[in-house]
Formats: sequence, structure tokens, C-alpha cells
Amino acid sequence: MSDQTAPEPKAEPFEPKVVAFCCTYCAYTAGDLAGSMRLEYAPNVRVVKILCSGKIDAVLLLRAFEDGADAVYVAGCNIGDCHFLEGNLRAIRTVAYTQHLLREIGLEPQRLEFFHIPASAGPLFAQRANEMTERARKLGPNPLRSRRTERAGGKLQRQPDPHPPLPEAKLGRLIRHEERMAESQTP
Amino acid sequence: MIVAERKPLEQIEGMIEGMQKILVAGCGTCVAVCMAGGEKEVEILAAQLRMRAKLKGIQRTVDEITVTRQCDREYLDQLAKYVGQYDAVVSTACGAGVQFLAERYDDKIVLPALNTLFIGVAEGPGQWSQRCMACEDCILDQTGGICPMTICAKNLLNGPCGGTNHGKCEVGDDRDCAWTLIYRKLEKLGRLDYMRKIQPPKDYSVMTKPGRYSHEAYEEAEKKEDKE
Ligand code: SF4
Ligand code: SF4
Repeated sequence: MSDQTAPEPKAEPFEPKVVAFCCTYCAYTAGDLAGSMRLEYAPNVRVVKILCSGKIDAVLLLRAFEDGADAVYVAGCNIGDCHFLEGNLRAIRTVAYTQHLLREIGLEPQRLEFFHIPASAGPLFAQRANEMTERARKLGPNPLRSRRTERAGGKLQRQPDPHPPLPEAKLGRLIRHEERMAESQTP
Repeated sequence: MIVAERKPLEQIEGMIEGMQKILVAGCGTCVAVCMAGGEKEVEILAAQLRMRAKLKGIQRTVDEITVTRQCDREYLDQLAKYVGQYDAVVSTACGAGVQFLAERYDDKIVLPALNTLFIGVAEGPGQWSQRCMACEDCILDQTGGICPMTICAKNLLNGPCGGTNHGKCEVGDDRDCAWTLIYRKLEKLGRLDYMRKIQPPKDYSVMTKPGRYSHEAYEEAEKKEDKE
């Protein structure tokens, strides 16, 4: 996800890109711990920190694949340990639903996974990162990756509603693919 | 609220086969609440259609927009500056919204992305049930707030029938007997005498389709204006 515009290296062997959405309180802390413990794990994993795994959304997960990720996983706390009580339960449901959406499209649902990684489990964090990278390697490149920069549409500007039923959300707005592409193309 | 579910992706794919520019238009009211056609579902559907096209090696642009409601002209007007550029508009509103959109932009192909199910309520997260079938002559005052037209499999206005089975319906154990529910509720309210009242046959003539309605306040005003 990070180097969107970098040209694809031609003859080099396939190196999967894996996106890990990690919750602040458990998985991300475990990642920190893995670092402190100087554990080595696959450099293919790009960690995205989210406040709670419950924040994850089918739209976000789909967009990661649309933008060319070979595998994506969401990592949250153990059942019963969620800082927000049931965020991880929601994340599990969202991931299962998104797997169904991927199947509908014709993309392998195994490219997406949910893991429980408690804050104290540095080695488990490394193990999961390796596991998912290995899985992506077996599945091969995401077929969408080669066409990821092609313009295929996005969200249209809506006139502000003079009488909105709810105030427009200002915070937490997702940056759309289009905007990002436009940003990366302006020098 | 109108409850709807999204059609299978295959079916939507079939409708837009061969088209290159698609606009997915969402509705931010009923179908947003039942997680079938609101802003988020529009984003999901549009992303799926884009990814599907890329996987199949087809050239296709899918844009997305969600208006507050598709059953009001004011909101449909907001699409005016976009609609012209597309081969088709896929609407994720209920059937009424799809038709109104198609009427407003009558030279455009407008396609439904949802199956409209019923007028219902949210039972819990992700669960809805039908509660009213718009019979145009509500009798909930007689039945303790439980609709026999909708809940009773046989639409019985004077129930229960002989098939009531320990609180379940003889049609299937998965459904409650509406008239047992009504009896229990009336008992609770101390209004059991309502069970003895005989409901006259339902006047189905008022249910003729398509339903039309104009608010009296507006009718009066219009009449006055006409006179002046
Ligand atoms: S178009 Fe249908 S779904 Fe949308 S607000 Fe109107 S009735 Fe509800
Ligand atoms: S009687 Fe039932 S179907 Fe008729 S209007 Fe009332 S709730 Fe709706």
C-alpha cells in the first residue's frame, strides 16, 4: 500500500505485499514487543494501526485488495480481552463477511484472515506475519495488482445537503482511491 | 421502514454486461438502515464491480454516489449533472426509489441492485421482520397492537383458527400464532372483551393498486387556490 507508484520490478521473484490491520491495545503492542525482543519476521508485512479491530470495515478491506495487496489480515485481542469489550467480535464478523464478498468477486477468500494476538505475544505476532506472507506466496500475486493504478471509477462529489438528516462526518473520512492517485501524480 | 436485500453479484453483473460506464446510486434512508443500499453498501458494490471487471480483463468504470432519498425529486435532482455520462445507473434503493429514478431520468437505463422485501422493523443487529402490509385500514386498536394481517399466515381477522398449536402456527413451527400473541396481549391489557368482537370482512377494495394519497391540507389549499 505504501509505494503505490513504484514501477513493478520485472524479472524479480514474487514478493507478496501483506497488509496487517492491528488494533492499538493488543496486536500493535505485540508488534512493538516483537521489535523489542528483536524477533525477525517477514518484511512483506505493512502494519496499519487502528484504534480497535472493531473499526475495520468491509470497504477498507476491499480497498486494500483493490489497490493490489496480496494478503490482508486483521489482528485483534483475544476473545474477552477487547479494550472496547466487543470490537474483536465485530471484526471477526466483518472479516467473515468480507471473505464472502471476495468469493463473490472470484478472489480467494484465504487471502484475508483474522488473528487473535494478545499484547504479550511478541513471538506470535512474528509467527502470524510469517504465516500470512507464506500463504500469500503460495496463492501467488493478487491478479488485481497489475491493474491497480488503472482508473476504474470512484466516489462522486455530492452537493452538500441543505437539510442533512445527520451532520456530515468531518473526522475519520476515508481518502478515496481517486484522490490518492491524484495526489501521488501531482509533482 | 422498507427492508431490502442485495441481489447476488452474478445477477447485477448480468444486467450490466457489455456496459462500460456505470453509476451506482445509493439511497441514504431505509435501505441504509437495513444495510442493503446505503453509502457503505454502495461503496462495497462499486468496489466489487470494479474488481470483478479487472479480474475478467474488461474495461469498466464504476462510480458511486449516495443521495439522501431516492423517493423525493429534490434529491434525485442532485444526480442531474452526472447521469448523462453513464451507460446505466444501478440503483440500490427500494423498488419505489428505482422507479422514481428511472422516471426522473427517463432516457437512461436504470437497474435495480436490491430485492425489496417488506415494511418491517429491526429485531436486532442484522435482523428484520415484517410488521405491516399496508392494508389501508389499520385495526391495531382492536388487536392489542399486533397485526393479524401480517403475522397470521391466513390473514385471519377473527382468530385463532383451529390450527393454533401451543402458541405456534400450524403452517410452520418457526412462526408464532398471531392470535395467541393477540390473546396474551389483550389479557395483559385487561381488554379481553375485544376477543369477542367480530371483525367485519376486510374491505379489500381500498387496497387496489397502485395506491394514491394526497394530504388533506394540500388538497384544501389547492381547492382554495383554484377558486381564487
Ligand atoms: S427510495 Fe425507498 S429505500 Fe430510499 S428512502 Fe425512499 S422508500 Fe426508503
Ligand atoms: S392492520 Fe396490519 S397491515 Fe393493516 S395497516 Fe395496520 S399494521 Fe398494517
